[in-house]
Amino acid sequence: MLRKLAISTTAALALSTGGAMAAGGSGYVENYAFSFEGPFGTFDQDQLQRGLQVFTEVCAGCHGLQYVPLRTLADEGGIGWTEDEVRAYIDENFIEIFDDDLQDFRMATPNDNFPANTGVGAPDLSLMAKARAGFHGPVGLGINQFLYGIGGPEYIASLLTHYTGEDVEQFGTILYENETFEGGLISMAPPLWEDAVEYADGTPATVEQMALDVSAFLMWTAEPHMMARKQMGIVAVIVLGIFSVLLYLSNKRLWAPVKAAAKNRRPAE
Amino acid sequence: MGGIPHDHYEPNSRGEKWLHRRLPIVGLMYDTLMIPTPKNLNWMWIFGIVLVFCLVMQIITGVLLVMHYTPHVDMAFASVEHIMRNVNGGWAIRYIHQNGASLFFIAVYLHIFRGLYYGSYKAPREVTWIIGMLIYVLMMATAFMGYVLPWGQMSFWGATVITGLFGAIPFIGEGIQTWLLGGPAVDNATLNRFLSLHYLLPFLILGLVIVHIWAFHTTGNNNPTGVEVRRTSKKEAEADTLPFWPYFVIKDLFALAVILVIFFAIVGFMPNYLGHPDNYIEANPLATPAHIVPEWYFLPFYAILRAFDQEVWVVIAADFLTGGIVDAKFFGVIAMFGAMLVMALAPWLDTSSVRSGRYRPMFKWWFWVFAFNFVVLTWVGARPAEGIYPYIALIASAYWFAYFLVILPLLGVIEKPLPQPDTIEDDFNEHYSGDDGTPGSGTAAAPSPAE
Repeated sequence: MLRKLAISTTAALALSTGGAMAAGGSGYVENYAFSFEGPFGTFDQDQLQRGLQVFTEVCAGCHGLQYVPLRTLADEGGIGWTEDEVRAYIDENFIEIFDDDLQDFRMATPNDNFPANTGVGAPDLSLMAKARAGFHGPVGLGINQFLYGIGGPEYIASLLTHYTGEDVEQFGTILYENETFEGGLISMAPPLWEDAVEYADGTPATVEQMALDVSAFLMWTAEPHMMARKQMGIVAVIVLGIFSVLLYLSNKRLWAPVKAAAKNRRPAE
Repeated sequence: MGGIPHDHYEPNSRGEKWLHRRLPIVGLMYDTLMIPTPKNLNWMWIFGIVLVFCLVMQIITGVLLVMHYTPHVDMAFASVEHIMRNVNGGWAIRYIHQNGASLFFIAVYLHIFRGLYYGSYKAPREVTWIIGMLIYVLMMATAFMGYVLPWGQMSFWGATVITGLFGAIPFIGEGIQTWLLGGPAVDNATLNRFLSLHYLLPFLILGLVIVHIWAFHTTGNNNPTGVEVRRTSKKEAEADTLPFWPYFVIKDLFALAVILVIFFAIVGFMPNYLGHPDNYIEANPLATPAHIVPEWYFLPFYAILRAFDQEVWVVIAADFLTGGIVDAKFFGVIAMFGAMLVMALAPWLDTSSVRSGRYRPMFKWWFWVFAFNFVVLTWVGARPAEGIYPYIALIASAYWFAYFLVILPLLGVIEKPLPQPDTIEDDFNEHYSGDDGTPGSGTAAAPSPAE
């Protein structure tokens, strides 16, 4: 009976994600394996740091991270820098923000967010890994998302690695052919090339490596408390599980005399 | 209560007597908690507690969220991100609130379908049913307005589409829509009033929940047999019932704990599974999303809304007969609200004198088709309105209306019901001494709700 309930609940949940299937991104998305997948997956700190490097040296030219506070680079479960390292990062990269009180730009402090960057109309990347669905269906049943996750980071990594190399001119703008992007033509030129960055830890900077690193980093910017969240999930499931067992036993014991009476009285009637 | 004979609260100490003469609140609480409850209730009767829990959880998390939220079109989206990143435990509060809405609706749908199967809406429980339907409508209004608050793309465009429904009403529609929105389009005024109402309505729901409980405590609970508790003597009543505390409180808490295991697994491991990625993009009145899809719990009614387009003959007929006043758009709106209305009228549309579906051999089939049909509507509501999907939506919508308007009234006349047990006690004893029951294996072997 409980099994039946569990199955129907799962089915109801699976069906109900129909909404998610209509999200952007209808092209090819490769199911890359990330370290943070699954209930026990964690961010790979080295990978996040490499991803931050790719973001800073490549993406930040056009994209902002306006919702991400710089001090969170020192948070546990994420990049995991010291506060001094955060300050050094700000200084080395001349991160300036526009101050509404001064009506001018000034150097950022760790308490500021990453700057917004809307100069060329590129979307903000703070939440990109949650704003795209890599996996859909089949036929709106939400089963793939249940099995593989929603696929935001996979979508980003696929988009960065699936340029065909062709480009088209439309109304004076050059659009680049991309197998992942919805519609197949994207205005962002292929941003990564072999050795676009030089990793401090010596990891070879292939296009795929950089794409995966920056996707993992963007998953962190979108969900900085993911480690704490999964930990809460595990603790809650264990505690409530124990609680369920205790309540089950209490309930069984509470009803036992009632049921025994019902069983024994029957033949007498 | 319920005319079921049982022991009442007797104040013993001087303090208790003093209070009881002035305000019999302890007596009220005692009678509420100790209400005689049919002892054969199965696992489908646990959702009342789950729903009360959901309401309290949503109110508590909601009150906390509002402390950090800014209802302004330029700041709402950023303030939600502030909650997710900077507020201590803010991400947990928000994800619990967001997924809590889904738990609330799963529970309410199971609760409603239980009522439909076991005939809980039939006399003398019509008022309980009507109040329940009012709560359900208020829940939908609350959830809809809550979904607008994060000011993402789906928030904005969902609000535009749904308030547009009111614009479809002939003559006065446009005025109503402007009045609801506080302007010509979804904007800051809309966001402000939606927050205000999103905060207000849960307390109205709470009030109605109290009336809902009062109503069924007056009539007594229904039960899987649909046979009433004997009220002829206290001894007989006690053979049919057990006090709510502790028997059903512990049982319901066990069920709630199991449900919360699943709930927290979703919150902890896949909190965005039930959401829409587009809502992590800030609202942009200039960019319409490719597909505007409401939250999953609205999909059955969204499917009915969209099913009646201008190619359906009833719509063409209505358009012609009313001289164009009832066009396809307005017809869809009528169908959507009508779908809820016919469900609310079930106590008067169902002509069968037998309450429980367990003793109605034909009804059973039609009911399970109806339940499956509901799942189909949920699914088709999120599919694009092209290809075969509009036909599926139309057939499923038609069955919804046929179930309430044709099948329920006719079945009462043509169906030959099976014999019902004389008393709840008989049913209970038979279950635990019969061959199919497995006595001593705990309540997990209680009657299946799927029977």
